[in-house]
Amino acid sequence: MKEVVITFLCMAILLYFLLGGADFGAGIIELFTSTKNRSRTRKTMYHAIGPVWEANHMWLIIAIVILFVGFPFIYTTMSVYLHIPLAIMLIGIIARGTAFVFRHYDAVKDDMQWLYNRIFRYSSFVTALFLGIIAGSLISGHIDAQATDFYTAYIAGWLNWFSVAVGFFTVSLCGFLAAIYLIGETTEAYDKRRFIEKAKFMNVAAVVFGAMVFIAAQRDQIPLIDWVFKSNVGLSSIILASISLVLLWYLLIKGKTKVLRILAGFQVTMILLAISYAHFPNFIRLKSGDAISLLETAGPEKTIYGLGLALLLGSILILPFLGYLFYKFQKKEE
Amino acid sequence: MDDFIAARSQMALSLGFHIIFSCIGMVMPFFMAVSHYKWLKTNDEVYKNLTKAWSKGVAIFFATGAVSGTMLSFELGLLWPKFMDHAGPIFGMPFSLEGTAFFIEAIALGFFLYGWNKLNKWFHWFTGMVVGVSGLASGILVVAANAWMNSPAGFDFVNGQYLNIDPIQAMFNKAWFSQALHMCLAAFTATGFAVAGVHALMILRNRNAYFHLKAFKIAAVFACIAALLQPLSGDISAKDVAKRQPAKLAAMEALYKTEKPAPLLIGGIVNEKDKTVTGAIEIPGALSFLAHGDFKAEVKGLDQIPENEHPPVAITHYAFQVMVGIGTLLLLISLIYFFILFKKKPLTEKRWLLKLFVFAIPLGYLALEAGWVVTEVGRQPWIIYGIMHTKDAVTPMPGIAYSFYIFSAIYVSLSIIVTFLLYRQIKMVPVLYNQDESKGNQNR
Repeated sequence: MKEVVITFLCMAILLYFLLGGADFGAGIIELFTSTKNRSRTRKTMYHAIGPVWEANHMWLIIAIVILFVGFPFIYTTMSVYLHIPLAIMLIGIIARGTAFVFRHYDAVKDDMQWLYNRIFRYSSFVTALFLGIIAGSLISGHIDAQATDFYTAYIAGWLNWFSVAVGFFTVSLCGFLAAIYLIGETTEAYDKRRFIEKAKFMNVAAVVFGAMVFIAAQRDQIPLIDWVFKSNVGLSSIILASISLVLLWYLLIKGKTKVLRILAGFQVTMILLAISYAHFPNFIRLKSGDAISLLETAGPEKTIYGLGLALLLGSILILPFLGYLFYKFQKKEE
Repeated sequence: MDDFIAARSQMALSLGFHIIFSCIGMVMPFFMAVSHYKWLKTNDEVYKNLTKAWSKGVAIFFATGAVSGTMLSFELGLLWPKFMDHAGPIFGMPFSLEGTAFFIEAIALGFFLYGWNKLNKWFHWFTGMVVGVSGLASGILVVAANAWMNSPAGFDFVNGQYLNIDPIQAMFNKAWFSQALHMCLAAFTATGFAVAGVHALMILRNRNAYFHLKAFKIAAVFACIAALLQPLSGDISAKDVAKRQPAKLAAMEALYKTEKPAPLLIGGIVNEKDKTVTGAIEIPGALSFLAHGDFKAEVKGLDQIPENEHPPVAITHYAFQVMVGIGTLLLLISLIYFFILFKKKPLTEKRWLLKLFVFAIPLGYLALEAGWVVTEVGRQPWIIYGIMHTKDAVTPMPGIAYSFYIFSAIYVSLSIIVTFLLYRQIKMVPVLYNQDESKGNQNR
C-alpha cells in the first residue's frame, strides 16, 4: 500500500503543478499583459478557469493531507524549517483565491475592481514564486536541522541562490502553461495571436531561468548536473523534453492548440522527473548530508493502508466526475 | 506577546474565521436545492432568481472557506509540529476522507455555478445537492478529527510512545457522534437564522417583498427545525462530556467543589483566584440532572482535578452561558414562528416577528463560536486530552507574534470585504431581478 500512497502523492504534486500552476500562470500572464488588452485576457481567463479553478487547487490539499497523515516527519520538518516561505505562499493562496472570486461576484463593477485585479495579479506571481522556492529548498540541502540561530534555521534554508532560481523558473513555467492553455480557450484570432506570443515569451523565460537554476546549483554546490545527466532516467527525460520543445515551437507557429496542451504538460512533467528522479525516494535533503526518505518515514502500516484505501476509493469517485467537468466546459475547437 | 499565546491566538482566529465560512458553504447549498427544486417544479421565475442569487453568495463563501481551510491544513504543522508528528497518522483517517469529500464538493460547485443552460436541468439540480451533501460530509469528518483530540482513541500510549495505531478506531472515537451532531445542527441554526434575518430585513423595508418572502420561508424552516432539535443534541453532549472530560464540564459550570446534588449556575461572575462565583442564579440539582440524568447524582468539581490540569474557568463558563442563552432564545423564536405558521397568519403582517428575526442575524454564529470556545478552551491545558500538553506541541520557531499580527490583519480585511460584497449583492437584487419578477408574475 505504501507504493500506492507514494504514487498518489507524486500524482497530486504533479497535477497541482500542472493545473494549479496554469492557474497561477493565468494571473502571471495578466500581469505581463499591456493595459489595453487586460480586460480581453481576463474575459478569456474567466471562462477558461472559472469552472475548474477550485478543483485545481484541491490537488494541493490532497498532497498535504497525504504528507501529514502518511509521512508526518516530512510534513513537520517542512513546517518548522520552511515556516516563512510556506506562510508567504499561503497568504498568496488566500489573496489570489479570494480576489479571483470577488472580482467576478462583486455585484457593482466599480473602482474596487482595480484593487481585486492588482491583488490577483501580484499574489499569483508571489504564490508561484514561493511554491518554487519551497520545492527548490527541499532538494537544495540547505535545511539545517541542527541550527541554533534564527538565520540558519529559518532563513538560510530557503533564501539561497538555488531555491530562488527554482522559484523564478517555476513562475515562467506557470506562465507558459497558462498561455498554452489559454490559446485553446479563445476563438478570436487576435487573442489567439496574443497568447501565442505570450507562450513564446514565457518559454524563452523558462529556458533562461532554467539555465540560471544550473548556474545557481553550481554556486551553491548542488550536484544538479549529476542528478540530471548521470542517470538514464534523468538524461532521457531531458532529451524528451528538448524534443517536445522543438515540436512545440513548430506547432505554436502552425497554431495547433489541443496537441499543444498535451505537449506542454508532457514537457513540464519531464522536467520535474529529471530533477526529482535521482534522489527519489528522498523527499528532503538536509545540510548534514542526511536525507528524509518517503519509504523510511512512512507512518504505521494500518495508517498507510487506510490512507491508500481512502485514496483509491476517492479517485473512483473523483476522477470520472472531474474528467466530465473538464470535458463539459472546454471550448470546442473551430 | 509570548510565542505560545500567539500560536494559540492565531489558531483560534483561523478556526473562528473558517468555521463561519465553512458552515455557510455547508448549509446554503441545501437552501439553494430547495429553491431550485421549486423552480423546476413550479416554473415560478422568482425561485430561479433566488437560486441564482444564493449561489453567488455560496461562491463567495465557498472560496473564502476553501482558502481558509487550505491555510488550516498547513497551520496545524506551522504552529503545532510536535502534535502533528504523533497525531497525524492516528487521526488522519477522517482527513483523508475529507479530502475526497471536499474535492467532490469543489467539482460539483463548478458544475452548479457554470451549468445554467448547459446541463440537463435535473443533473444540474443534482450537482447542487452534491455540493451540500459532500460539504456536510466534510464537516462531519473534520469534527470527528477534532473529537479525537477530546477523546483520544485508536492507539496505546506506553512510556511516551504511540503504539498499536488503528486509524479507524481513532475516527470512531467516543466523542465523534455527539460533537458532529451538535455541530451540524448548529450550522443549520446559525446559517438559517442569519439568512432568514437578512431577508426579513428586506421584507420590512418593502424591497422586492415577494422575492424575499420566498427566501425567508425556506431559510426559516431549516433554522427553526434545527433550533428545536439542538437542545436534545446538547443533552447528549453534556452527558458525554460529564463522562469523558469532567474538568471541562466543571469549568463550563464553574463548579469548583464536588457537589451532590450539584446546582446549575446561570450567569455569575467567576473569580478564578478565590475560586468563587458570585451573582449567579442557582437551580438546585439541575446540573446533576443534566450531567447524569438524575437530580441527586454527584458531579465532579475542579477540586478533584489536579490544579495544573484545570482549564481556564472564567472563559469556558462565560462562553457556555452565551451558547446556552442564545440557544434558548432561538428555540423560543422557533416556537413562535411555528405557532404562527400553524395559525396560517400572513407573515408580512407580523412585523414584530420579522424584527425578531432581524435581531437574530448574528446570534446563531455567536452561539456557534461560543460553543467552539467551550470545546477548545475547555480542553486546555491538553492538545490531546490526557496525553499531550498544548505547550509541548508548539513550534520551536520564535516570532510567532508577527505571524499572528499579519494573519489577523488578513482575516479582518477579508471579513470586511466579504461583508461589503454581500451588502452589494443584496442591494443589487432589485436592479437584477425586478424585470424578471414582473414577468414571472404574469406567467403565473
